[in-house]
Amino acid sequence: MAQMNMIEAIRSAHDVVMDRDPSVIVMGQDVGYFGGVFRCTDGLQRKYGEHRVIDAPIAEGGIIGAAIGMGVNGLRPVAEIQFADYIYPGFDQVVSELARLRYRSCGEFDSPVTIRTPCGGGIRGGQTHSQSPEAIFAHVSGIMTVMPSNPYDAKGLLIASIESDDPVVFFEPKRIYNGPFDGDPDKPAVSWAAHEKGEVPEGHYTVPLGKAEVVRSGSELTIITYGTLVHVAVAAAEATGVDCEIIDLRTIAPLDTDTMAASVDKTGRCLVAHEATRFAGFGAEIAARVQKESFWNLEAPVGRIAGWDTPYPHAFEWQYFPGKKRMMAGIRSMMEIE
Amino acid sequence: MATKQSRLHIPRPTARPGDKPDFSYLELSPAGAIDKPPIESRTRDIEYLGFGLVRVLDDEHQAVGPWNPGIEPAELQVALRWMLLNREFDKRMWQIQRQGRISFYMEAAGEEAVSIAAGMALRAGDMCFPSYRNQGLYMYRGVKLVDMMCQCLSNTRDMCKGRQLPIMYHSARANMFSISGNLATQYPHAVGWAMASAIKGEDHIAASWLGDGATAEADFHHALMFAAVYQAPVILNVVNNQWAISTFQGTAGGERRPFAARGLGLGIPGIRVDGNDLLAVYATTLWAADRARRGGGPTLIELVTYRGGAHSTSDDPSKYRPRDEWEAFPLGDPVERLKNHLIALGRWSDAKHEKLVDELKSEVTAAWKEAQQYGTMTEGPFLDPATMFDDVYAETPHHLEAQRRRMIQVEASNGDGSGRTP
Repeated sequence: MAQMNMIEAIRSAHDVVMDRDPSVIVMGQDVGYFGGVFRCTDGLQRKYGEHRVIDAPIAEGGIIGAAIGMGVNGLRPVAEIQFADYIYPGFDQVVSELARLRYRSCGEFDSPVTIRTPCGGGIRGGQTHSQSPEAIFAHVSGIMTVMPSNPYDAKGLLIASIESDDPVVFFEPKRIYNGPFDGDPDKPAVSWAAHEKGEVPEGHYTVPLGKAEVVRSGSELTIITYGTLVHVAVAAAEATGVDCEIIDLRTIAPLDTDTMAASVDKTGRCLVAHEATRFAGFGAEIAARVQKESFWNLEAPVGRIAGWDTPYPHAFEWQYFPGKKRMMAGIRSMMEIE
Repeated sequence: MATKQSRLHIPRPTARPGDKPDFSYLELSPAGAIDKPPIESRTRDIEYLGFGLVRVLDDEHQAVGPWNPGIEPAELQVALRWMLLNREFDKRMWQIQRQGRISFYMEAAGEEAVSIAAGMALRAGDMCFPSYRNQGLYMYRGVKLVDMMCQCLSNTRDMCKGRQLPIMYHSARANMFSISGNLATQYPHAVGWAMASAIKGEDHIAASWLGDGATAEADFHHALMFAAVYQAPVILNVVNNQWAISTFQGTAGGERRPFAARGLGLGIPGIRVDGNDLLAVYATTLWAADRARRGGGPTLIELVTYRGGAHSTSDDPSKYRPRDEWEAFPLGDPVERLKNHLIALGRWSDAKHEKLVDELKSEVTAAWKEAQQYGTMTEGPFLDPATMFDDVYAETPHHLEAQRRRMIQVEASNGDGSGRTP
């Protein structure tokens, strides 16, 4: 075991898989010589060479399109899109090609591409460096959508994603690259060193795709969330004193509905939380599933905490971000419903 | 406010319905006029290839000039057979669509040399990323007519299991990629495939095709960029058939410079070739393939041809172009030109030609008879709709298994709400 932050864990995942499988290659803007603007691929080009860690032109559609072709020719490409906000020029290649290639060719062709991309706000990134577009990808059948909330899961899920024969869009909440964030911007930053999930095996392991984790057991309210807001939910639960059960989905699609239902059947209340905008957000799917599966056990309508339905405003980041205050208010209002 | 005149240039084709066809815009070179440079040439030294027109067959039906590949007449007869098969297959499938027995079709009339010449020039291990008008390439590389027909019928032998529109074939065995339906998306795939080939140290190359209209897509530019940057061993073909449904090639930017010159800014050599001249297409493809195989990087080939038919069975070109435009096309018909060349060589005749066409018609008829045995749109056997949930993922996840069960249950019911709630 080693102490790792999320960046080191992601780098280690690359290293472990590239060392075991020569077909794994990495491609993206600034990923090679420089090692990525967030340093997630630092040192990989020196170790594995320029043919396996490739600096790409600034063309997200080209990166994803070329990665698909590489995958068809037997490689296992990991494509980095520098910010999730920049992924849209490659959207057609993800939706129309990557997601459907296996289906439309009845398995004769497939391309096991993993697309890694940093997402989320809380870093003063404004509206082009803060978005959380996971719901847009979760809506597309044929790809898996993943978002880890800690270094241990990040490494295990990334290894599982790269080794998966299905394409994966892997969102990395950049606010928690260096440490967990409880949603209170006035508190000093903390590192992963004090967090149990900052303990990461140095070798190969996987965290299974499609499996949620109960990160806190509780009896009064289920909070279903993922990414940065897992930590906000934990802090808010402690602060309110409400006995919350907190589920970190980890994989958004396919969705682990069994874990959700088991929890809500027990607590009778459910609050869904994500950083992305609320309208037609992924929380809507969660809420629909919860009311369907756990309807007769629900004591209150399913609640949602999310980003406001505006673009991500630079100067009003902490009013936009669903932080600790909003989460606490959400928890309390859920408990007021009789 | 109606603007009568502005400084904005609105591209207009030279002829619309009722007008006399006018191909004066098409710049031609005489057969044999364009030099054939060594494959090691620097792009800057061979820019002329993007502006002239490489032709081998002259007006007297002789093969002339430095690009003459010197193919044996017996092999040319085989090439003619493939082009004719492509045409006869298309004619029959078009009729079949008009009879309502398949939902959709696209023919390659007038563009058969594009596919067949490439098929001859490429190796079996090379990977093709075709457009929707490359059916001849599927045939040439070994996909059976009956399998293509079964695909168009979405029947029990359909390679796509009913998931794709007619003509969206694929064949891993033939190294023919799956046709998407979205334009130009296959171009960066070809480049990525070629990059992987080079990374693995193999000498297989990739080739892709799209139309003049699709060059406007971002994927075209992405592909050229990546191919140029990494010198990927790939041939990027632009089939300039003059029309993208109703918009002429000028709407895609063809008025200013040839499509073959699109790569020059990136250092990719371009060859503008007579796409209706099988010998010229073969020779240029082989040149580009050799160059790519020996580490010379990508080549962009513009194949100047004419879309003889409608865009698809859903299209009516009489609404936007002169009915007799194809007859006026200066580069003629690729089938007629190869036929006349073989006749000029004393190796073919009208009688043999007619006999061959009859044979091919019978071959197509036999394939159609066989294809229908595997089911038609109206008569079984039918595909099992439960298979629609397969292959979305490598392993079918729980929610899709649940939906499969629900679909089967609902289909078996009378819509009476039996079973669980939706």
